[in-house]
Amino acid sequence: MKFKGVDFYNIDSLLTDEEKLTRDTVREFVETRIVPIIEDCYEKCRFPIELVKEMGELGLLGPTLPAEYGCAGLGQVAYGLVSQELERGDSGIRSFASVQGSLVMYPIYTFGSEEQRRKWLPQLAKGEKIGCFGLTEPDFGSNPAGMLTRAKRTRNGWLLNGSKAWITNGTIADVAVVWAKCEDEGNQIRGFLVEKGTKGFSAPEIHRKHSLRASVTSELIFEDCEIPEENILPGSGGLKSPLMCLSQARYGIAWGAIGAAMACYTTALEYALGRIQFDRPIASFQLQQAKFADMITEITKAQLLALQLGRLKEQGKATPAQISMAKRNNVAMALEVARTSRTILGGNGITADYPIMRHMNNLESVYTYEGTHDIHTLIIGAEVTGIQAFR
Amino acid sequence: MKILVCVKQVPSRDAILRLNETSQWIQERDIAYEVNEPDAYAVEEALRIKEKLGGEVVILSMGPERAQITIKDALAKGATRAIHICDPKLEHLDPLTQCRVMAEAIRREGFDLLFTGLQSDDNGFGQTGVILGELLGVPSATIAMAVEIQPDGKTVKVKRELESGWFQWYELPLPASITIQSGLNQPRYATLKGIMEAKKKPIQKLSAANLGFDEAALTPKQHVEKVYFPVKNKKTEIIEGSAKEAAAKLAAKLKEARALV
Repeated sequence: MKFKGVDFYNIDSLLTDEEKLTRDTVREFVETRIVPIIEDCYEKCRFPIELVKEMGELGLLGPTLPAEYGCAGLGQVAYGLVSQELERGDSGIRSFASVQGSLVMYPIYTFGSEEQRRKWLPQLAKGEKIGCFGLTEPDFGSNPAGMLTRAKRTRNGWLLNGSKAWITNGTIADVAVVWAKCEDEGNQIRGFLVEKGTKGFSAPEIHRKHSLRASVTSELIFEDCEIPEENILPGSGGLKSPLMCLSQARYGIAWGAIGAAMACYTTALEYALGRIQFDRPIASFQLQQAKFADMITEITKAQLLALQLGRLKEQGKATPAQISMAKRNNVAMALEVARTSRTILGGNGITADYPIMRHMNNLESVYTYEGTHDIHTLIIGAEVTGIQAFR
Repeated sequence: MKILVCVKQVPSRDAILRLNETSQWIQERDIAYEVNEPDAYAVEEALRIKEKLGGEVVILSMGPERAQITIKDALAKGATRAIHICDPKLEHLDPLTQCRVMAEAIRREGFDLLFTGLQSDDNGFGQTGVILGELLGVPSATIAMAVEIQPDGKTVKVKRELESGWFQWYELPLPASITIQSGLNQPRYATLKGIMEAKKKPIQKLSAANLGFDEAALTPKQHVEKVYFPVKNKKTEIIEGSAKEAAAKLAAKLKEARALV
């Protein structure tokens, strides 16, 4: 059955025609190009790299950036809907697009020189080049300010040393946006564009994942890696720069999680209506109905949270703590919906015949990356009490 | 080449339909709508011809305010501009009267080629393309599975679908009206850039009065008496007796029901 989304509160009536058309385009793409292959990709631990250019042609990469760089110039809600639909397919596919758009194209656009923008953005938008974002390190996750990666001035540029971990797209990336402390600038954090093939730069893939198996996750290693002067992001400075990127990506995740939840919920509903036990569809039993009532309520609340956040963002009024709230709530919600949906499918729920277990495993990563659930709790806590709990 | 494509917004194929209070139509609130399927193929075919030969694709739609999204979808896919005939007075009119209004808009616009979907997924009259052809005084071809503009630019060859897997090639002078069958091409996606660019493309809005139609001219020539869901009739009758007797009784019953002659 064709995926129709979940809209208990007529939230569609709050969307513009352009937003609905955007959502429908991505929904169609996911239905025809991702859904048929994704279980196999997941099983084989393969990122469907053949879809990257198609995603580029459709405009799914960096869609909020302006048309002059080959992007669509979408509004924030439309961008959220793109994430939602991609993650309805798979969190790994949405992760790819989030990283490319929010963590690579956004910083190049925001902190890059005009030459850097012209060089990279159109190619990244078309999917001709792939990017990754290196902030997290093996020993510094929630506390990125402690990073050990260092950049040292040389005669012609910079010398980069250090390593990054849990980097989506790392091994397949043509360009990495890498954050390092600059020893000659009082250890200020700056962003660098490290191109594939740069001497001293390697990006081995992290294997044996039980989650995000249709996405590439890597380490980035820099050993006396020479970065030319033109590859520093001139507008970057301080931890605020990478955190601004994370705000973009977290916003997309808040929407994406709704997509994963919708996929699990609709699968469970269809199953419950068709599965007969005690001569009745299991959907007729009160225990199962209570699960559906809880799930649809939580999905609806998450939709409204994301939508209002998007509208605030369009007015330039969204705060980081508001973004934290949506990411934290919606991903936890999606994980809970995935688990509940799995119980409705019983044993069938653990197989690759249904998307639920894949989404559930993916969401374990989404729960942790881009600010863990716990860190977002503390960001909200700090916002409401005025007291920082983790610094 | 100027191609005019008529598109209609219809209830989604998987919409759950309910009858309205008078049982003369469905309840239109709270259901999802989409572009009429063959119309989507007509738009694609027009865009392909435009991309090959140049010119413009103008979308024409008659329907309520909500039909805007269907028009924008066609613009997002690459149509040049659109005309939206939007007037409550035109809703639920018979095909001939509706076509008279559309024909007036089309006449003012001018065209080389007029595409309509073969029929609509809701009413399914299948008349718009041919009536428009007649009213505009141009030849029509129906159920097109391929459309080839000839090198002279003055004629078009159309592959028509007949019954039982048969096809027929037909040549028509331009301008012509052609009704398009679903499946003759693979409609494209609207790209996100296309969706944003469509915001800048003009949609001309026209009412019945704008096109010179007063109330008298819009008097319906036919109206829907009643719509209803198919009535499920399940009647089981056990025919008693020996096999031979039962067979004879069954044959008699089938003859009576005219199922056997």
